[in-house]
Formats: sequence, C-alpha cells, structure tokens
Amino acid sequence: MLNVYNILETIRMIQDECLDIRTITMGISLLDCIDTDIDKACEKVYNKIVSKAGNLVAVGQRIEKEYGIPIVNKRISVTPIAMLAAACPNDNPVKFAKALQKAADTCGVNFIGGYSALVHKGFSAGDEALIRSIPEALDVTQNICSSVNIGSTKSGINMDAVKLMGEIVKETAERTADRDCIGAAKLVVFCNAVEDNPFMAGAFHGVGEPDCEIHVGVSGPGVVRAALSKYPDASINELADIIKKTAFKITRMGQLVGARASELLGVPFGIVDLSLAPTPAVGDSVAHILEEMGLEMCGTHGTTACLAMLNDAVKKGGVMASSTVGGLSGAFIPVSEDAGMIDAAVAGVLSLEKLEAMTAVCSVGLDMIVVPGETSPETISAIIADEAAIGMVNTKTTAVRLIPAVGKKEGEILEFGGLLGSGPVMPVKDKSPAKFINRGGRIPAPMHSLKN
Amino acid sequence: MRAVITVIGKDNVGILHKVSGVCSERGVNVIEVTQSVLQDMFAMIMLVDITGMTSDFSELVDDMTSLGEKLGLSIHTMHEDIFNSMHNV
Repeated sequence: MLNVYNILETIRMIQDECLDIRTITMGISLLDCIDTDIDKACEKVYNKIVSKAGNLVAVGQRIEKEYGIPIVNKRISVTPIAMLAAACPNDNPVKFAKALQKAADTCGVNFIGGYSALVHKGFSAGDEALIRSIPEALDVTQNICSSVNIGSTKSGINMDAVKLMGEIVKETAERTADRDCIGAAKLVVFCNAVEDNPFMAGAFHGVGEPDCEIHVGVSGPGVVRAALSKYPDASINELADIIKKTAFKITRMGQLVGARASELLGVPFGIVDLSLAPTPAVGDSVAHILEEMGLEMCGTHGTTACLAMLNDAVKKGGVMASSTVGGLSGAFIPVSEDAGMIDAAVAGVLSLEKLEAMTAVCSVGLDMIVVPGETSPETISAIIADEAAIGMVNTKTTAVRLIPAVGKKEGEILEFGGLLGSGPVMPVKDKSPAKFINRGGRIPAPMHSLKN
Repeated sequence: MRAVITVIGKDNVGILHKVSGVCSERGVNVIEVTQSVLQDMFAMIMLVDITGMTSDFSELVDDMTSLGEKLGLSIHTMHEDIFNSMHNV
C-alpha cells in the first residue's frame, strides 16, 4: 500500500539527496564480429552495436520520465577488443577504437567500454598489440574506455604486463596532456576484473556472458549520508542497520529500472551493481558518509574501519533487494569525483597510503588519483603491483586509475570538469622500485587459490 | 496501472482544479487525493488511474511539469511501481 510518508521520502531522495540511477549499461558480445579483414570486422562491430543499442538512449529517457528518476549515463560494454584484434595481427587495433567511437556517436551513448585485454597469466595473440595501441586509441577517440586485467587470485600477477602498463598509463597521459591528461582517466588496470561491470572506465563484456544483456548501476551516497545524519547518537551497529535499509531502497530502484529496461529493449536483464558511486556534486560524496559516522575528515585514523562497515552494510541491504547482484558492488572511492575526498586530499589528510589501505575493504581501488607528471613509469607500475597484490590475496577486485598530471607538481590541481571532477596532485615516494619492476615474470598465485 | 502526482509549493487559488483539469484532458481518472496546507505551504498527493489514458505517459509528465513551472509549484508525476518497489518487500 502506498502511504504519504513513503511517497515524500522517495521524492526527497531524488530531489534533495542526489539519488539517481548512475548507469544503464548494455553488454554486447562481439565474438561473432571476428574477421581476418579488420575493415570487415569494424563494419560488423559497428552494425552489431547499432542494431542492439540503437534504442538504448531513447528507452533510458522513457524510463526516466516514467519513474521520475534520473538515469545519468547510458553506456555500452563490449567483448575485450584484443580478442577481435587477434584475428588481424598485421593491422593497427586503433581502427576498432574508431569503429566503437562511430557506434557511440550513432547511438548517443556516454561511453563504450571494452577496448580491453585480459593478460593475467600472459599475453595471447592480439593482447600486446592492443595494449600498445591504448595511448593512441584514447587520444583519437572521446567516448571509449579501456581496461587491462593484469592479475587474478587464480593465476597470480603478470609482472611483464604490470611493467608495460606503467609505460602505457604515462604515455596515455602525455598524449592527452593538452586535454588535462584525460586519456589516463579512461584507462584502468585491474586485478580480478569482473565480466559484468556496468561502471566505467572498467566495463567490458566477458566471454561467459550472453550475447546481449542489460546491467544497472545504482548510486546514492547522498541518501545514505542524509539517513545517517538523522541519528547523531546511534551506535555503530545501529548505523549499519540504517545503511542496510537505505541500500535496500536504492537497490530496489535499480532492480525496477533494470527489469523495465530489459522488457522495453527485449534483452535479458544482467545484474544490478550495488555501488555507492559519488559525483563531485555537493551532497553526493562517500567521504561525507564516513565523516557523518564521526570522522573529522576522511582519511584520518578510523577511515578504513568506517569504510569497511559501510561497504559491508551496503551489500547486505542490497543483496536482498535484487535477484541478480553482480558487477563490482560496494562503495567507490574515486578521489577526483568525490567532493569530500578532494577536500581531504587538498588538506593533506587523505594520502595515497591511506587510500591503498581503504581499497582492501571496499569496492575497486586506487581510483582517479592525480600524481605528479614526472612520476616514473616504474613507480606507476609498482603502485599497480601493490594494488594488484591486495586484490589477489584478498580475492577481490582491485584497480588502478592514476592520472600523471603532465607539467604539474605536488599540490597543484588538475581540473577535468563534469563527472570526473578535479584532483590535487598527490605525492608519491621518490625512491625507485625500478629493479623490482624490470625483473619481469609472474608473481605466483597465493596458496588459497588452490581450492579444488 | 496507476501513477502518483505530488504537488508541493505555495498555496494558491485553484491548484486542485488545474491539476485535475490536465488529468481529465488526458483521460486520467483521479482515484484518491490527500492534501494539507501548513501555514501557506500546499502539499497534495493524488493517486490516479492511467489505464484509460488517451496519450503517452511521458506527455502527461511534460504537461504536469510545465503546469508546475507556470504556477511556481513543484509537480512530480511518477509511476506507482517506483514507490511499491522501494518501500515494500
């Protein structure tokens, strides 16, 4: 039964507390587009994406009207392009990126993710060529996102790929230096990447997924913070309960939108990703939730514990609200995209080391962190290796999305604008890990990977 | 199928008349209305049946939004499913 209190609560969440559906993402398999002639393959890719997702934006807008809830992004994820590039070894894979960009323009989507390679155990045909083409691909396109999986709990960490990715991240930033190094913001390096992630920049459509499906990513840090603010004297377990109830409501909204989108588009419903995804907008910050719990500023001692509780409570509340939970599911902590994190980083309270600790207990990893432009590729690789080790040992997804700010030093600010926000350049250690990184090889999988 | 129309803002002459006028133009049947005026703030929630609606739902949403803008009120028109799914297990 409808009641007045519930109706007004929903409207308040949307109006005043920034509740929205962060993304509906259509996953499309491109395995049937593989061709030894790259031009033919590109044509097939374009045609398949447009035939499946031509209506995606219109359907998204229709659902926004129907339920009165904003759907911020309409996106597409595709099969890792390295698998298509493998069939045409003598051609530049950037052609695929251009075909994806053309499809993104035709469909009117915000992003297409999947300019990706999975190399956690080693490089197969197409992988290395694709990775080496990432800087160019992200330079000549606007709406394409790239990701590379360099490690997993089951297979260990591919240190050759880690070394390569340090160079690629740096080169990508340099090639787009005239656009605030934006290329690096569209490139993420994973350990334990998931196959059904609807969030960018790391979305790709895994080979175990169906031909086409629809995923939903919910948001709502502002709603959680507002709910907690009503109970200034509650104990921590009472706070956990409030977060669970709020996460349940947010996720139900995602489930409803996903089911409706699936019905209107005639494709199966994939997953709801139960994430708290912040934006730079006032009142849409994960850091502010942690501060509401009682921290003077995010990044101080106690932050990891608060975040661990938040992340767990979000999952517990959300999992009951949806029949198909998946993706990354947890709290995101992208520094430049979160007003509270930006303030904490500018104040010097939130450091790279603290962020690394936080990634052990929450969703994903070192995300949207601006480092000095002169940071060496080996140092970037070493940061990737540290983060991948956390993911590998804890059997969770971790990721690194660093932006080396070309020409900028510690303390200066890099401005992206829009959803990507802005970030202060954060200091990195000046002692070199080069010898370790240049050894190459593979970190063996941990003992607990042997589960059979 | 039902939808919920909420109207919040400064009280004025004829709000209910104008909102229900738009409903009747579009073949939308008003089932239930609850309203309150606290000091000079007006809050109304209207449950309507959209089964016999003569136009697309999105046109009703647009009409209500522009009526709200004209009257200086905040008018939301949302399918009832969103409230049912959020607040009921």
